[in-house]
Amino acid sequence: MKIDTEARYAKSHEWARKDGAELVVGISDHAQHSLGDIVYVDLPKVGANFAKGAAFGVVESVKAASDLYLPVAGKITAVNGALAESSDLINKDCYGQGWIVRLAPADAAEWESLLSPEDYEKIAAED
Amino acid sequence: MPYVPATDAQREDMLHRIGLVSIKELFEDFPAALRYPRLDLDEGLGELEVLRELEAMSSANVTADSCRWFLGAGAYDHFIPSAVPYLASRGEFVTAYTPYQPEVSQGTLQAIFEYQSMIADLTGMEAVNAGHYDGATALAEAVLMGLRGGADRRRVLLPDGLHPEYREVISSYLVAADVAVETYSGTPAAAAAASPDDLAVLVACYPDFFGRVADLSGAAEAVHAKGGILAVLADPVMLGLLKSPGEWGADVVAAEGQSLGNDLSYGGPYLGIMATTNALVRRLPGRIVGEARDAEGRRGFVLTLVAREQHIRREKAVSNICSNQGLATLRSCIHLALMGRSGMRRAAELCWHRAHWCARRIAALDGFSVAPGVFFKEFVVTTPIDAETLSERLCGRGIVCGLPLSRYWPERRRELLVCVTEKNSKADIEDLAEALREEAK
Repeated sequence: MKIDTEARYAKSHEWARKDGAELVVGISDHAQHSLGDIVYVDLPKVGANFAKGAAFGVVESVKAASDLYLPVAGKITAVNGALAESSDLINKDCYGQGWIVRLAPADAAEWESLLSPEDYEKIAAED
Repeated sequence: MPYVPATDAQREDMLHRIGLVSIKELFEDFPAALRYPRLDLDEGLGELEVLRELEAMSSANVTADSCRWFLGAGAYDHFIPSAVPYLASRGEFVTAYTPYQPEVSQGTLQAIFEYQSMIADLTGMEAVNAGHYDGATALAEAVLMGLRGGADRRRVLLPDGLHPEYREVISSYLVAADVAVETYSGTPAAAAAASPDDLAVLVACYPDFFGRVADLSGAAEAVHAKGGILAVLADPVMLGLLKSPGEWGADVVAAEGQSLGNDLSYGGPYLGIMATTNALVRRLPGRIVGEARDAEGRRGFVLTLVAREQHIRREKAVSNICSNQGLATLRSCIHLALMGRSGMRRAAELCWHRAHWCARRIAALDGFSVAPGVFFKEFVVTTPIDAETLSERLCGRGIVCGLPLSRYWPERRRELLVCVTEKNSKADIEDLAEALREEAK
């Protein structure tokens, strides 16, 4: 299981990494591995606002469809358009080219309250 | 798989666990007088006697085959080649649903795939599902597809010419939804342009309940400008002749598939046709069969995009109230294959020409007029006397002349919706015109 040590995590297996004032959000290596080959990602509209924990999209694999939950509240500033053609980027590089959305957080401090890489690794290992 | 009900021993065990001895004890809350009523049934009859009694009852019905039939209004008397029921009733095909191990039943999946392909061709759309209950539920699902465009999509625009029963079905589907359902008149493009920005879906009828063929130019662009989708309710027979909804830019097409090889029957089964674009295919409910290659490169068929469906996503499924109409879909598949592109066009041309000739004949009668505008096979006639009275008189002469509009609009006493298909001969039409002339005196 790969862990991005720069990112913080939600129990629902999304990661969020700071990039300037914004956050980049994706799903963890553990999540992509559990889902299997991802065939489709339903992305939100740019400009949409979501509460912390709100479902902002769906990832569909050959065996399941799962909601994506936003780790912190905020406004979507960009979506990864490359996923429309190549959703397998999430399988190949979930912390890099497989990012899902960029977010302007409503409360910059909320990110700090997410799980640390170490704590998430423990939770994922028990999953 | 055999269906094995509970055995006597299991029943006894269940009763024992809830502290009862007999099943009769479960009914003791009902008043004793109502508990086991005497039914006073006759002595049993022999099979032949039963058949004769049922045939006598059945012969009291007026059917499309037993008279000259000019009634449409949502269910249409089109010709069905004899091979359709023959092939569709073959044992290998007789199942109402896609099977539980679908990929084992390659023949069933291929039939659905061929159906989807031909409907895609007919409607001008990219993706088709395996069928719905009927045209009304298919249209209601098309409306739901529009509402899936986002939480800010809250407005549904329905045309004033929508079949009143379709409108009721849509209302039932939306009864608990917080959406604005409004009726528009005029062209779809103008209605969309006048809509607020929260438009989810605009429905256009092609043609509408009164037979009018709407001008769909500019409709898709105007609807998209308001963030909604264009849903077209189409007559699939008419699509053999006129520009397809896909060519008009429709995002989703719903249609009643009864006219494609399914019998007129009170209560069905009918067939809901649904087609959409690749862009919206994940909002499409129901089953979709796809073509695939197996490990050895051989062509095969599979259920595809199943993550939309209730056995994968449960409460998040695109629809939990849809079903595949396996047999009706199969009949439409065989019907379309037998008719072919040229047969569909020929049937549609016959409908058009005979309907227009019939309309001219009626319009020439004293006191009668035909509503203006473009129509295909159905049109509204204004009658010199009460249309229901006229209809009853013609029925006495073995002619079902159409639907008096007072059935749905009590104040419209002198209007008759007349339908002409390829099954109405020139002699039938002459008889209709002559009977209308005589009985309207």
